[in-house]
Amino acid sequence: MKKLSARRRHPLAAVVVLLFALAATGGLYAAFAPAGKAQADETAQSLTIEEGKRLYSVGCASCHGTGGQGSSDGPSLVGVGAAAVDFQVGTGRMPAATSQGAQVPKKKNIYTQAEIDQLAAYIASLGAGPEVPTKAQYGPEGADIAKGGDLFRTNCAQCHNFTGKGGALTKGKFAPNLEGVDPKHIYEAMQTGPQNMPSFPDTTLSEKNKKDIIAYLDAVNSSDTENPGGLSLGGLGPVSEGLFAWIFGLGALVAVAVWVAARTAKAKRS
Amino acid sequence: MSSQDIPEENLPAEHAGQPGAVSVADEKDPFADPGLPPHEHRIQDIDEQAAKRSERTVALLFTLSMLATVGFIAAFVAIPHDRSIFVFPIGHVSALNFALGLTLGAALFCIGAGAVHWARTLMSDAEIADERHPIEASPEVREKVHADFKQGAKESVLGRRKLIRNTMFGALTLVPLSGVVLLRDLGPLPESKLRHTLWKNGTLLVNMNTNEPLRPSDVAVGSLTFAKPEGLEEHDEEFQTEIAKAALMIVRIQPDNIKDRRELEWSHEGIVAYSKICTHVGCPISLYEQQTHHVLCPCHQSTFDLSDGARVIFGPAGHALPQLRIGVSDEGYLQALGDFAEPVGPAFWERG
Repeated sequence: MKKLSARRRHPLAAVVVLLFALAATGGLYAAFAPAGKAQADETAQSLTIEEGKRLYSVGCASCHGTGGQGSSDGPSLVGVGAAAVDFQVGTGRMPAATSQGAQVPKKKNIYTQAEIDQLAAYIASLGAGPEVPTKAQYGPEGADIAKGGDLFRTNCAQCHNFTGKGGALTKGKFAPNLEGVDPKHIYEAMQTGPQNMPSFPDTTLSEKNKKDIIAYLDAVNSSDTENPGGLSLGGLGPVSEGLFAWIFGLGALVAVAVWVAARTAKAKRS
Repeated sequence: MSSQDIPEENLPAEHAGQPGAVSVADEKDPFADPGLPPHEHRIQDIDEQAAKRSERTVALLFTLSMLATVGFIAAFVAIPHDRSIFVFPIGHVSALNFALGLTLGAALFCIGAGAVHWARTLMSDAEIADERHPIEASPEVREKVHADFKQGAKESVLGRRKLIRNTMFGALTLVPLSGVVLLRDLGPLPESKLRHTLWKNGTLLVNMNTNEPLRPSDVAVGSLTFAKPEGLEEHDEEFQTEIAKAALMIVRIQPDNIKDRRELEWSHEGIVAYSKICTHVGCPISLYEQQTHHVLCPCHQSTFDLSDGARVIFGPAGHALPQLRIGVSDEGYLQALGDFAEPVGPAFWERG
């Protein structure tokens, strides 16, 4: 005790005492304030929204307005939901280079998933809308592929072709190819109806239905899909198949006919 | 089998023997007939060894065809339909399809190749000129035919026995009528079948995906839903016939955006129900663009504006898509308030 007392005038003594005091306060706070946890979560959530708002004002506000109210260059984002943001930004469609042109094409996504989540949280805070689906909702477990094919042909095939290869619409618009698209994005597109695609909300196309459709697309389009016909020629149906037959089938017949006729059967001194 | 293979003495002389008379152009006849070039022999015509080789080649091709046919039958019997193999450069392909195509192709090709080789090397290749003749018969022949006809007419007593002649003409005239009467089986006319569908006042709109009746709250703005009339099930015998007329697409448009007054009256809070059958040639049509409210037909690009009474704005369709008048039942489900006002689908003769 005497030893400690002897050092009380040491130049670093004040620092040591301060450290002890801080540690004690922190420890006491941790011990007596567990009830504040929920509040801390909310703080984290509002931090995410704040961060999202910051990203929004840099990347999106010029077209969609400073508060997501929309402008002549872009629609209002109030009530579109987190799923719409996750789809549009996650597939690189947003931010769009221009609001002109037939439709905004898919391009390289420049945001990290964390940034997209922050943007989505901000937009979701403007008005309730569909949430980002979980893996359990779009994963292949428990899906009925045959039923999915049925549903796909009823609801989707008219624009996206019978195996999701895409197709043309009016005035330069088109339904994109679904091959290799992230199942999460397919789910979100059905739920939110991006651009000119109509939406298929859970009330008319149930969660299970959506799961089945995604499983069907995976079954007909993945790298280990077995195609009994061999060369699929783009899976576009009779147009590409007919073109192939005309060019290569008839071409081969013409070549054989020319080859037969070009060789004389006569015996000649050479 | 080039000409190098055959013995020198078997080859024909360079220009041996001129067949047929050939006149040479001179002052009197500047466009003389040059005649046919001299006939050239084939190796097989001169060299029996070469002919034997050709015969064996043709026989080999025909035999290959036989083997390929046997292979086709064997493949059909032996290969299970779900086996998949990798074939370069086609990729993964059904083993059965591939084997059947390959063997049938080989069988047909070998018959054709054998026939061509046979005709080119072994069948006679002598050039034959066939002179043209006047088509008209000689006067003597014509004279005789006239005389024969007169004699026949006289001997048949057709001119004298008028009863036979007239009844025969009657019989010959009536016989074709059987064929005409059979055309009746092309009918009967469709009567009013094309004018009516299963929709009637009080029929609920059933979602094709869930098989449940739709509530107005289920249908969001910008969504697209397909519906069938309540009571029509997919396993019904008449399902295809009935759904071909009754197929319905349901969209919801902000009531402010609906330009056509009747469309707004026939909708329920902006929910509009239109026939899914194109009025051009009846393709199912549901390429709906939710921002422009346009529906495009994939067959001939007819485009309809669903916010303006489904008016035709592009393409060959002649009529707007028929709209179904809808309302809400006592239980709160969407229901039809009658059938379509006009026939759905393409125009027909009696449509008016």
